Amino acid sequence: MTVAEHSHISTAAPTLGDNLLAALKSAAIAALIAFGMFALLLGFRTEQAAGPLTLEPRPLLLAVTVTIVFVGRFLLVLAWSSKLDVARFTPSIPESVKPVLARIGEWIGPALLGFAFIVPVVFYDNRYLLDLGIMVLTYVMLGWGLNIVVGLAGLLDLGYVAFYAVGAYSYALLAEYFGWSFWLCLPVAGILAAFWGILLGFPVLRLRGDYLAIVTLAFGEIIRIVLLNWQSFTGGPNGVNAPRPSFFGIPFSAGDDGFAATFGLEFSSTHRVVFLFYLILALALITNWVTIRLRRLPVGRAWEAMREDEIACRSLGINTTNTKLTAFAIGAMFGGFAGAFFATRQGFISPESFVFMESAMILAIVVLGGMGSQIGVAIAALVMIGGFELFREFAQFRMLIFGAAMVAIMVWRPRGLIATRVPSLFLRPGKSATSDVRAEARL
Amino acid sequence: MNAAGPILEVEHLTMRFGGLLAIDDLSFAAKRGQITALIGPNGAGKTTVFNCITGFYKPTVGMLRLTHRDGMEFLLERLLDFRVSQRARVARTFQNIRLFAGMTVLENLMVAQHNPLMLASGYSFAGLLGFANYARAERAAVERARYWMDQTGLTPRADNLARSLPYGEQRRLEIARALCTDPVLLCLDEPAAGLNARESDELNELLIGIRDRHGTSILLIEHDMGVVMEISDHIVVLDYGVKIADGPPVAIRSDPKVIAAYLGVEDDEVAQVEAEVGL
Repeated sequence: MTVAEHSHISTAAPTLGDNLLAALKSAAIAALIAFGMFALLLGFRTEQAAGPLTLEPRPLLLAVTVTIVFVGRFLLVLAWSSKLDVARFTPSIPESVKPVLARIGEWIGPALLGFAFIVPVVFYDNRYLLDLGIMVLTYVMLGWGLNIVVGLAGLLDLGYVAFYAVGAYSYALLAEYFGWSFWLCLPVAGILAAFWGILLGFPVLRLRGDYLAIVTLAFGEIIRIVLLNWQSFTGGPNGVNAPRPSFFGIPFSAGDDGFAATFGLEFSSTHRVVFLFYLILALALITNWVTIRLRRLPVGRAWEAMREDEIACRSLGINTTNTKLTAFAIGAMFGGFAGAFFATRQGFISPESFVFMESAMILAIVVLGGMGSQIGVAIAALVMIGGFELFREFAQFRMLIFGAAMVAIMVWRPRGLIATRVPSLFLRPGKSATSDVRAEARL
Repeated sequence: MNAAGPILEVEHLTMRFGGLLAIDDLSFAAKRGQITALIGPNGAGKTTVFNCITGFYKPTVGMLRLTHRDGMEFLLERLLDFRVSQRARVARTFQNIRLFAGMTVLENLMVAQHNPLMLASGYSFAGLLGFANYARAERAAVERARYWMDQTGLTPRADNLARSLPYGEQRRLEIARALCTDPVLLCLDEPAAGLNARESDELNELLIGIRDRHGTSILLIEHDMGVVMEISDHIVVLDYGVKIADGPPVAIRSDPKVIAAYLGVEDDEVAQVEAEVGL
């Protein structure tokens, strides 16, 4: 809009008549395009009441649609040209609110954490909410795990769900064939997933960006298809049963040796759900703690440096091969932990649960949350998974709302909800440097 | 080889990219504790020589021998790029600045000390559990970073993002980052490019300081003749991948081949120079 205004500076200011004419012209073009697009889509409908297929013309619907486009475009162009600067529509936070927002930003992490701790107490009777909470926390953990690979190391991984699957199947199969307990399987699932992470890492060491994304995408599909087709071992599409969790050996059953009887409580199936809730909360917090610590260690700095410039890293003596593989391995390990948890929560897993959509979802959480930001990823997981559930009533419009929300976030906050990168260390803590970083974050 | 010998000996270095002969049988030596400049017109193969020395290219033919003060020898053409920095302790900067733009100045300098810090953090395991010796090593690394920030005048900018620095400071940060790896040989690819006269003078002082106070040998590619003639102890001139002159600045300045190939000549001198060069 500013460009158009500048071009008018040399001549006279545009009159209302000019504006009207321009708006009419633009609206006519838009209407023509709308007609072209919808003439066949909306203008005709195939009917098969009885006998042969017939075409039923619907001129009224078409006319209404085209008129809406015409009027809408006309008003829009008119509004734009009458000194309503587009820049004003993009929300800018007023200066007076900024310190308040910064304070909220500082408290939102601990507040969310505190809230997570009391959820099972407050919503003890609400099984639906507890299950939703477990699901959100699972995705928070997956998001944090993928954040290491995508956010810190800058390696675009579209097949993260493969490691989730490896973890889940590791637990289910080890329990099925060897009768191993959950607590023994959990680390094994993590190690196996990390091993697969390294295995994926080797062939893709030289790849970056789009090419890496394609290979990791294929890797995710390979794992799923192998699980689907190796029927004798994995059960194929029939899936495999995973044992329910026990409270460190004490089963959540109604019997005398069950959890309720041991602790002198009345039996309730909610005990297990609450236990699962705190289990995934603990696993997610471990993921978070490890990530935050690694970021301040040389390996974490090397990941971020590698994201910025790989050649410069090598010129400084950093072994980028090892650095990449550790990123893949550690990210995959947390995916594996989450997978083992998922298996024990569901009690049954099948390749259905590990489709590409899951990878896309986790990646969307990381990107929307702001790559590299821990709290951003947590909020994004809450909004995406929780929001997705919230709109369940809207049935098929759910995806539409969801997509619109994603577009809106990307328009207003192109680098994710929390785009601020906090440096891993300061020479003079608390100095004005953060304002420099914050200013960058808006770019 | 002993400690008094040259730090870097390039022997019969040849680099071929398909049909293009970028460097043709180049031999020269860079003396220890000196500033050696590599000059030549655009496309003469200077950066290719750098890329061979720092392991980014594998030379087609030739040997690059680096000798440490304690007599340890490294054949650079056999080392992987990151090992050249890690083991042989050759650091470099790039013609088009390659900083970690989204990280702060201090973080850039910490990344440069990756290998000793990695060791101190017990390959992250001890560091993850918060052992004290890593914290000590990190403090020492910050001190080293701080020293080089003081030397390059970047201390007030320590917590700013690298991309927010003005051009001249970015150049200096890249040099500081290379120095944080504690190199014996520092390879600078056009450090004065794009600097104004004052910044250029500061750079000269910095480089002379590095040479005199730290005993770090410097290999320099530069187009700015003011810088080259003022600070280099030794100059090697390349043209189309061939060495055409090699000597102290005074000799290079009056070398007719260099004048002909690099600085250009007056029209009426062309014939005379061509006769001398033997064209």
